[in-house]
Amino acid sequence: MRKWLVQPEFSVERNALLCTQCQVCVRQCANDVHVFDERDNAVFSDSSHCVGCHRCTTLCPTGAISVKRTALEFRENANWSASVIRNLYRQAEDGGVLLSGMGNDRGWRNYWDRLVLNASQVTNPSIDPLREPMELTTYLGRKPDRVEFERRDGKMIMKTRLDPQLKLDLPVMFSAMSYGSISLNASVALARAAAAAGTFANTGEGGMHKSVLPNAPSMIVQVASGRFGVTPEYLKCGAAVEIKIGQGAKPGIGGHLPGEKVDAQVSETRMIPEGSDAISPAPHHDIYSIEDLKQLIFAIKEATEYMKPVLVKIAAVHNVAAIASGCVHAGADIVAIDGFRGGTGAAPTMIRDNVGIPIELALAAVDTRLREEGIRNRASIVAAGGFRSSADVVKAIALGADAVYIATAALIAMGCHLCQKCYTGKCNWGIATQDPLLTKRLNPEVATRRLENLLRGWSHEIKEMLGGMGINAIESLRGNREHLRGIGLSDAELRVLGIKHAGVGA
Amino acid sequence: MKRIFAREEYCLACRLCEIHCIVKHSKSKRVVSAMRDEKDTLVQSVRVEEQGRSSFAVQCRHCKDAPCIDACIAGAMARDPGGAVACNSDRCVGCWSCIMVCPAGAITKSATGKVASKCDLCADSAVPACVENCPNEALIYEEG
Repeated sequence: MRKWLVQPEFSVERNALLCTQCQVCVRQCANDVHVFDERDNAVFSDSSHCVGCHRCTTLCPTGAISVKRTALEFRENANWSASVIRNLYRQAEDGGVLLSGMGNDRGWRNYWDRLVLNASQVTNPSIDPLREPMELTTYLGRKPDRVEFERRDGKMIMKTRLDPQLKLDLPVMFSAMSYGSISLNASVALARAAAAAGTFANTGEGGMHKSVLPNAPSMIVQVASGRFGVTPEYLKCGAAVEIKIGQGAKPGIGGHLPGEKVDAQVSETRMIPEGSDAISPAPHHDIYSIEDLKQLIFAIKEATEYMKPVLVKIAAVHNVAAIASGCVHAGADIVAIDGFRGGTGAAPTMIRDNVGIPIELALAAVDTRLREEGIRNRASIVAAGGFRSSADVVKAIALGADAVYIATAALIAMGCHLCQKCYTGKCNWGIATQDPLLTKRLNPEVATRRLENLLRGWSHEIKEMLGGMGINAIESLRGNREHLRGIGLSDAELRVLGIKHAGVGA
Repeated sequence: MKRIFAREEYCLACRLCEIHCIVKHSKSKRVVSAMRDEKDTLVQSVRVEEQGRSSFAVQCRHCKDAPCIDACIAGAMARDPGGAVACNSDRCVGCWSCIMVCPAGAITKSATGKVASKCDLCADSAVPACVENCPNEALIYEEG
């Protein structure tokens, strides 16, 4: 049926003076927006298919194409915005669940933008990271309640046996993105970049493809409710195992990789028939309580001979502090918390935009709760969900995180333009697709280099910010909320964040 | 010598290599002018071959045992001091022997149709235009 009420969101404009009919745009658009008409010797554009991914504008050699928001304005209405009306039209056409890719785009208050960092002036010296050592090394994992030593043959020997730790050269890891939701080239690039930068990438729930195996020591392997690709070898090959309970973009619901994306390679890696939908149930069907979670954590620890830390990843929801505490009591070595701005390959729009809470508040609540219980040392906290810059990372560490997961930022570094159409499988940038014509657009060598550059840049910036605060190790900033102040926040927000308002001194 | 290598697995078939080859050898050196006003006077020396999902850019391989040099009846096709195979259009008589023997199909008639035209590795640049402008590094220029 013709979608006659749904008008194009974008308007593709072609400057006739600049267009040379070279047809690069025609060959690059997977949505068939651009068509070459031989009779007229001209390229025409059908805006109704445009998703605003900028592939054509980026590759056009003459800059002839511009993509603009369509000039079609609805009558101004504070309640019934254009996106609300469009969604209703779309839903009235097909009666389906509205889908979206990537994270919550609703413009809820972003607390990182309301937090400011401290710097040293006069009374304490700032540090120049280019001239003095600056430590970003981070260890994730359970820390002992006490450390005991004994003197043996005149040497001090540590008696306490340490639990396994992940060693990060900077407190940033790549968050879980499954092979299937993203292309193999993207998975390989993330794994290689993590290995080169001394940090970790995450397989997501899609298992590990054999071409990622050489970088397995830099991978966290995920066990999610679908249990795709999980074998004893899989659990043992990575640096750590993550049990995924929830995802910030869609707390409380499972996953659905459409059969079209399950080609021979994905099928082999996920261990499911080719072309079949990969359904991850909403809950783990063997986890209905903290006690059940404990069983799975220890089953995995047994399977990995207590050599690998076990992460539990939960979505940031209202009771996140108590849930995180339960996870730590259940034996999680690292708790990953995913805020509602976290990305996804596909989520029902209503859930993505309306379920969960921001990572800033969740992180502060969890850190506070674990400290109050006196168990903060028993697990590291990894914050996730919409980290955009090194400043966000530094603020998260000051708020109580041990490290941060990034995914959307990493995808953008590889070329993603946030068009939010991941679920269509027609990603023009070769990232969220399995179409062989599209996946080859992402050269993993180029993508790896870009990811490494991103991490190197962030690492320099984090060091500069630490130096400015007069701190020479990231350890000294962790949970140090005195280095944060809020701007324009209410008393309730400041209380949850555990920080003072800007202008209030020590 | 440095050669251009194509990596089929990363070629997008966008044909920007063809466009930038034309621009590089144009008088104006501007994309719009070259593609619009000078196109009839220029022939690209690189061509993207496509079949199904496979595509890659082909240009003169500058073969070590170049058959075109042996076949040239006028002595126009010769190896320059750098090792590249170059066609001297002042000598070329347009017999097309080179076109017939080229194993890569990389030699074409020039736009005038009177002499042979082929890749010169952008002799005046450090990196050939097709390699420099490939958005996915599907063309690389290295020793080989």
